[in-house]
Amino acid sequence: MTAAVAPAQPSRDDAVLDISGLVRHFTGPAGTVRAVDGVSLSIGRGEIVGLVGESGSGKSTVGRCAVRLDRPTAGQVTINGRDVTRLSKRALRPLRKDFHLVFQDPSSSLDPRMTVGAIVGQPLRLHRLASGDALRDRVAALLAQVGLRPELARRRPHELSGGQRQRVSIARALSVDPQLLVADEPTSALDVSVQASVLNLLADLQRERRFGCLFITHDLAAVEYLADRIAVMYLGQLVEQAPAAELFADPKHPYTQALLSAAPVPDPAAQRSRARIVLSGELPSPLDPPSGCRFHTRCPLAVDRCRTEPPALRWLAEGGGRRQVSCHLVADDGTAPDASGRGAAPGAPAPEDASAR
Amino acid sequence: MTTSTAPPALSVRDLSVVFRTPTRVVHAVDGLSYDIAAGEVLAVVGESGCGKSVTSTAVMGLLPPTASVGGSIRLGGRELVGADERELRDVRGREIAMIFQEPMTSLNPVLTIGRQVGEVLRRHQGIGRREARERAVDLLDLVGIPAPAQRARDYPHQLSGGMRQRVMIAIAIACDPAVLIADEPTTALDVTVQAGILEVLQSLRERLGTAIVLITHDLGVVADIADRVLVMYAGRGVEQAPVGELFDAPRHPYTRGLLGAVPVPGRRRAEDGRGRLQEIPGLVPSLTEQPDRCTFQPRCSYADARCGERRPALRALRERDERNEGYEEGERSGTERHEAACWHPVPVRPVLSEHPEGAERSDDAECSGTERSEGAECSEGAECSAECSGAEPSESAEHPEHPERPGQEAAS
Amino acid sequence: MSAASTTLPAAEERERAPLAPLSRLRLLTRNKLALTGAVAAAVLVLIAVCAPLIAPYDPARPDFAAALHEPGWAHWLGTDDLGRDQLSRVVYGVRASLQIGLLAVALAFAAGVPLGLIAGYYGRFADSVVSRLTDTLLAFPFLVLAVGLATILGPSLLNATIAVGVSQIPAVIRITRAETLRLKHLDYVAAAVANGGGDGTVLFRHILPGALSALTVQATVGIPTAIIGEALLSFLGLGVQPPSPSLGVMLSSAQAYIAAAPWMAVFPGLAIIAATLAFNLLGDGLRDILDPQGDSR
Repeated sequence: MTAAVAPAQPSRDDAVLDISGLVRHFTGPAGTVRAVDGVSLSIGRGEIVGLVGESGSGKSTVGRCAVRLDRPTAGQVTINGRDVTRLSKRALRPLRKDFHLVFQDPSSSLDPRMTVGAIVGQPLRLHRLASGDALRDRVAALLAQVGLRPELARRRPHELSGGQRQRVSIARALSVDPQLLVADEPTSALDVSVQASVLNLLADLQRERRFGCLFITHDLAAVEYLADRIAVMYLGQLVEQAPAAELFADPKHPYTQALLSAAPVPDPAAQRSRARIVLSGELPSPLDPPSGCRFHTRCPLAVDRCRTEPPALRWLAEGGGRRQVSCHLVADDGTAPDASGRGAAPGAPAPEDASAR
Repeated sequence: MTTSTAPPALSVRDLSVVFRTPTRVVHAVDGLSYDIAAGEVLAVVGESGCGKSVTSTAVMGLLPPTASVGGSIRLGGRELVGADERELRDVRGREIAMIFQEPMTSLNPVLTIGRQVGEVLRRHQGIGRREARERAVDLLDLVGIPAPAQRARDYPHQLSGGMRQRVMIAIAIACDPAVLIADEPTTALDVTVQAGILEVLQSLRERLGTAIVLITHDLGVVADIADRVLVMYAGRGVEQAPVGELFDAPRHPYTRGLLGAVPVPGRRRAEDGRGRLQEIPGLVPSLTEQPDRCTFQPRCSYADARCGERRPALRALRERDERNEGYEEGERSGTERHEAACWHPVPVRPVLSEHPEGAERSDDAECSGTERSEGAECSEGAECSAECSGAEPSESAEHPEHPERPGQEAAS
Repeated sequence: MSAASTTLPAAEERERAPLAPLSRLRLLTRNKLALTGAVAAAVLVLIAVCAPLIAPYDPARPDFAAALHEPGWAHWLGTDDLGRDQLSRVVYGVRASLQIGLLAVALAFAAGVPLGLIAGYYGRFADSVVSRLTDTLLAFPFLVLAVGLATILGPSLLNATIAVGVSQIPAVIRITRAETLRLKHLDYVAAAVANGGGDGTVLFRHILPGALSALTVQATVGIPTAIIGEALLSFLGLGVQPPSPSLGVMLSSAQAYIAAAPWMAVFPGLAIIAATLAFNLLGDGLRDILDPQGDSR
């Protein structure tokens, strides 16, 4: 599954996070759920990588394995050049100040019994980086940095609004100045205008502090806004990876094409003239993923080869070798088929396709 | 689009919903009015707690007894406010139906889906078991469920989320209701599944002429299928317009803020902090009071003394109101009208889309930067906007007719 | 179709008013039944503590001249077959019952909470061992288990307490384990691990406080159960030994005189009912109140 490291991909030593051949299977009474099945991904210093996928794609499991809240079944997770895959809980503890995560739902990720100040200060306390008055000052400064009034330190999470809670969660994650931040759907539980302020906040903080960030989301607009590079997951595997602008302008994998075409854009004129690829069938069960290419059961372009031979995630020559795709139908030079059945490249304006919806 | 002469399928006038508990009174909906014609899709947009779901629950007559409903809800000439439960039961399902965000909780887990669809038909149309079963299969086919005859024998847990939502739609339209209320029908679904559900709704409107009230917070969904949009804020309707006009030229500052808050394709944050998403400073007001002022005033950068003293009604704006001289009854009528509840509607600008909000409003970036601690959350709102408006030369330049504006926040 | 999702409009983007520390208490006073329970429990505890001051006579000293007196001015609740003052005996009986109840519950918690935490948090082998143990103990009804243990240990006050306490351990383990399982999958516990917290931080800073409300309720429910257990053991002669007063002992000796002197059975019986009811009501009330969100989860 692992491909050779290409020029634009941060090299192993340079990467804040390097995941290679990550596998996470959950064994239960019904069989083995292959949640993540061979994912390789690298994040450079100060880079924001978006991990996009629908529910059941395994993107959150990748995030949890990356910060070792979950133990990979196989593969390797390297943070700052150090292999953390097999480290024990105890051995990991001192390392945890280098990586942190922000959860999706701020109402469940903050202990309801603790004050905001205690929550934000906990990492500092546990890593013995501050105590007493120094701790209080650091907490006040952190709250100010995420745009909260310092007196909120005495409140408890349920007294705050959803947006404020997510800011608390971000302040906690950044309190020890980690070099890697995993943000698992940090805005999906929030309202539109609050989402905007949390996205802005993440962008601002990232610009100031230059931490590497794995931004996990199903929200394509948010990921396009924030991420430098985007990886797309389907059923436990990466299907495509590319710089954000290139992925949106010219998606290669039929699944990426379908995903982008299905996400409605907030512009009536543009939205109604877009061609939409409606996928047939259902998401197959990760208990028994399809043979060959995992997307072949729903792919409008699937051929016999797709049903038997799993495609490798390989680098394309196009665009200076910064793109990766796993599809038999995409040529090495980047020539990709069009899942919408039109001649023009998807994403390019096609005036005649109003009828294609 | 609809002709404005036909009577509306559903007409809500001055609707108010008040929840009373021993400890507090919540004005969930306050003086809301809208019409929807057959074959029309009206999107009701707003953030959580704005009253959009309460409105539709009130229309369905499904509010708990702690709620008191005022105003008028007319469904095809029949008044629903004050109607007794038997009358409502008769209307529900037959003339008006509703689908919810989470289809699993609305389906009975121990009955096959064919049976559940058929039962609605038998209850309302008094047809036999065999005929009901056949019609149920037809309905499942209509909502795009593949192999409907076999699927009809499945139980809800055997279906995916998208298929369950299709079943809910099939149940809702079983008796061919005039109005379908869809409360966040795709929020719990993945985008590729959402696309399918939106197509089903689209085809219902076209094939059956169902009027659809679509409640959503997703502006992309609105852009996709709505004909007209009603924007709600803190229990009140603040703007109503045909969908294209609303997106091109939002007139209420809240609508404008909401549209600016959504990332749009092709727009990326810039390394230097430009291209920021627009934020709306402050927090949603408490609904425990019913102030006689604009409820958005504490968070609005356009607000002046009048906004804090008198409540603006939702009234039609003059078409292409360049001069922006307060209210003027528009020439357009009915569903074509563009209405806003604002004393200072944002002027229409020629080509808005070429000027992304954040890039243009450098002051905005300055306002909501991380250095300024209160910016994005301070509950007093007024103090934020006061702070912001001090640094707003470009905004003032856009409104030469309101030179006094920046100073007014202090008064509020 | 139902209005399930519509009660009060949820407002996410609203800052909530801080909950004053007093308001929890106010919630208790608003809940009439819970308040009744709390007051009754407080009165019982007061009686137990002040027993030597309240009791008009020595509860153990017989006065054969006054045997089997009906309730009257001299003896408000009458006397028993040996002429002992019933009021004094009930007061001391309540004291004994509460003593045993509290000690037994404390014992059950001291053993059950750590085991439940270990089983729930570490899972795997520890969980199988602990769960097997609780399942075995739970296979016996509470009272049968208590009687069996008391028989093995021999009749004495201490042994009765141990028997009642041990027979409550499985319930405490079960609740602690269930709460731990629920809490350990919450994001804030994962966040504590990500913060660099070890098992100690996670267990004692996050999981135990989270389980506290359920455990408090369990304790208030455990006390009346223990009181009944004590009464039964004493009734069977396996608990408090005569002439020490105990509600169970009193009921036991009242049997022979149930027709002639019904007050001998009525008043200890009423005391048991009162104590049981008081703590049960309090427990129910606490269940509603002890929730940091102020609403049900």
